[in-house]
Amino acid sequence: MADPVFSPDDQKLFDSRLADILTRYPADRKSAAMLPALRMMQEILGWCPPEGLRLVAERLEVKPERAYEVASFYVMFHTEKPGKYVVDVCTNLSCSLRGAEGMLAYLERKLGVKAGHGNEQWLLREAECLASCGTAPCLQVNEDHHENLTTREKVDAIFANLG
Amino acid sequence: MTVAPAPAVQTVISEAWGQPNSHLISEYKKRGGYKALEKALAMEPTAITDEIKRSNLRGRGGAGFPTGLKWSFVPKDNPKPKYLAVNGDESEPGTFKDRYILEYDPHLMLEGIAIACKAIGAHKAYVYLRGEFKFQAERVDAAIKEAYEAGVFGESVLGSGFKLDCYLVRGAGAYICGEETGLIESIEGKKGWPAVVGLFGCPTVVNNVETLASVPPIMNKGAAWFAGLGTDKSGGTRLVCLSGTVNRPGVYEVSMDTTIDQLIHDPKYGQGMPAGRKVKAVIPGGSSAPVLTADETDVALEFEALKMKQTMAGSGGVVVMDDTTCMVRALWRVTRFYAEESCGQCTPCREGMPWMTRLLRKIEEGLGEPEDLEILMNVAASIAPFPPIGLGNTICALGDAGALPVQSFVMKFKHEFEQHIAEKRCPHGDHPWGHFGDWA
Ligand SMILES: Cc1cc2nc3c(=O)[nH]c(=O)nc-3n(C[C@H](O)[C@H](O)[C@H](O)COP(=O)(O)O)c2cc1C
Ligand code: SF4
Ligand code: FES
Repeated sequence: MADPVFSPDDQKLFDSRLADILTRYPADRKSAAMLPALRMMQEILGWCPPEGLRLVAERLEVKPERAYEVASFYVMFHTEKPGKYVVDVCTNLSCSLRGAEGMLAYLERKLGVKAGHGNEQWLLREAECLASCGTAPCLQVNEDHHENLTTREKVDAIFANLG
Repeated sequence: MTVAPAPAVQTVISEAWGQPNSHLISEYKKRGGYKALEKALAMEPTAITDEIKRSNLRGRGGAGFPTGLKWSFVPKDNPKPKYLAVNGDESEPGTFKDRYILEYDPHLMLEGIAIACKAIGAHKAYVYLRGEFKFQAERVDAAIKEAYEAGVFGESVLGSGFKLDCYLVRGAGAYICGEETGLIESIEGKKGWPAVVGLFGCPTVVNNVETLASVPPIMNKGAAWFAGLGTDKSGGTRLVCLSGTVNRPGVYEVSMDTTIDQLIHDPKYGQGMPAGRKVKAVIPGGSSAPVLTADETDVALEFEALKMKQTMAGSGGVVVMDDTTCMVRALWRVTRFYAEESCGQCTPCREGMPWMTRLLRKIEEGLGEPEDLEILMNVAASIAPFPPIGLGNTICALGDAGALPVQSFVMKFKHEFEQHIAEKRCPHGDHPWGHFGDWA
């Protein structure tokens, strides 16, 4: 018997929220709840582990491959356990024109990881346009968005409280 | 998370931006909110659609398709349920306008949604926001709750007997889900591979956030007023997103006759270029729109005028590049995006985008060979023809979106590409781009 994916409390929370989400879709289209279900799981566990994908697939009455296929298609779902903080830096054109490449290099030095790599603490990635081109450069730390990062002080302030 | 700064010029759509609590239904109603919906509920659905047709409203998501015409295609005698899918994916590089609507005035969009649903006979609307929009999703979620409490959504919209539910769906990071059939696949809980059937196999209208936010003002003030704000073929004002190397980037609501030059230099908008810099190139409609040279910027930011220049108004993303910009590196950044975001279904797009990206990287690093430019153009041509004539050789327009920048950059700035190859280095010196910020 595999270990349970969630603690009993988390399981209850997950199931009740999923039940609510399922009311939004046609009764024969349970699998439409795939993205919300994966997102909920990731909010609880920090990633989408294989046993979690199996659980979601079971609840939505699809094959486990389908859950894996969806989870691996979207960059925001982690099918491998990431570091504690996922740092996404936009290096698309508008941000690069306003210093994003320099900011990324600064972060590589500051965090001690190269873009595209990670350790237990950080996963540093180049992200695509985050709709902050007018307030560039920008980055997200675990989905918290920060923009107007025109100075080192502003970047340092974001990381000051992350241990 | 802070709300983005409000721009200086505000008219039809951006009227409330920056006002305190503009996102709450109480404030929205003080501004006359949900009056347009009351009016629409008393009308025949076809009369609503006709009004939108007469307003000359064209889609603001990228393709500029006439909105009233799109609504009129929904079959009336089809017994299947009908759906409205709202496109808040906002992922075209250089585009950041819909987020301001979501942040400052979500009820304007929700009212537009309710009116659109009444017009097309849909009883369910799904608002799809890109996954990275966490704060915006919170705002929309709260606004939907308020709207249910106020009877805007539910069993009987404002007591009219019309039933309507509205749900928020969040994406998870994939540009292709902004393409309308990819969007539908994603709402259905799949990976966003473009296909051709409606949501849950039913008739579905997909509209952009700004498009729907334009609907309540049209119902309030009339189609003639809205049409009168625009050109012969395109009604209303437009949100344009100014970014890149200008003094004051931001979203500005402009009339359709505003030119790129005005947008860059006018004190109301971009306030000119940084000291000592000149414009070198401008992308006028999101990164997939063919680039314009500095000599071509005296052109209105409007669908037809930009089409005449063999480019497009697209999503309203205007990206300015100054005279210190390396065009090879800029294009590499753009092309890399389309390579990353190709869904992989069509061979020319799946293979061609990474190939072009590698070639550009090679040229930028000073390793380019003379024949590389021809290869680059051939690969681009195998994906889509230039100038744009509609869909190229791929299932969806992402193929065109990735090929057109390559063709236009290389054609218009060929000497720079050749210089990289001849000198075996980037003539602009070492990157990262250092014009802004002090990161060394
Ligand atoms: C690759 C690709 C990406 C797109 N991304 C978006 C997007 O992020 N937001 C959007 O509103 N439309 C996007 N579109 C356009 C949509 O396919 C569609 O035309 C639009 O949502 C229709 O709404 P409208 O008629 O109100 O403009 C994209 C199209 C393509 C081909
Ligand atoms: S053109 Fe590209 S993104 Fe569009 S369907 Fe084909 S492979 Fe996918
Ligand atoms: S280019 Fe970075 S947010 Fe758009």
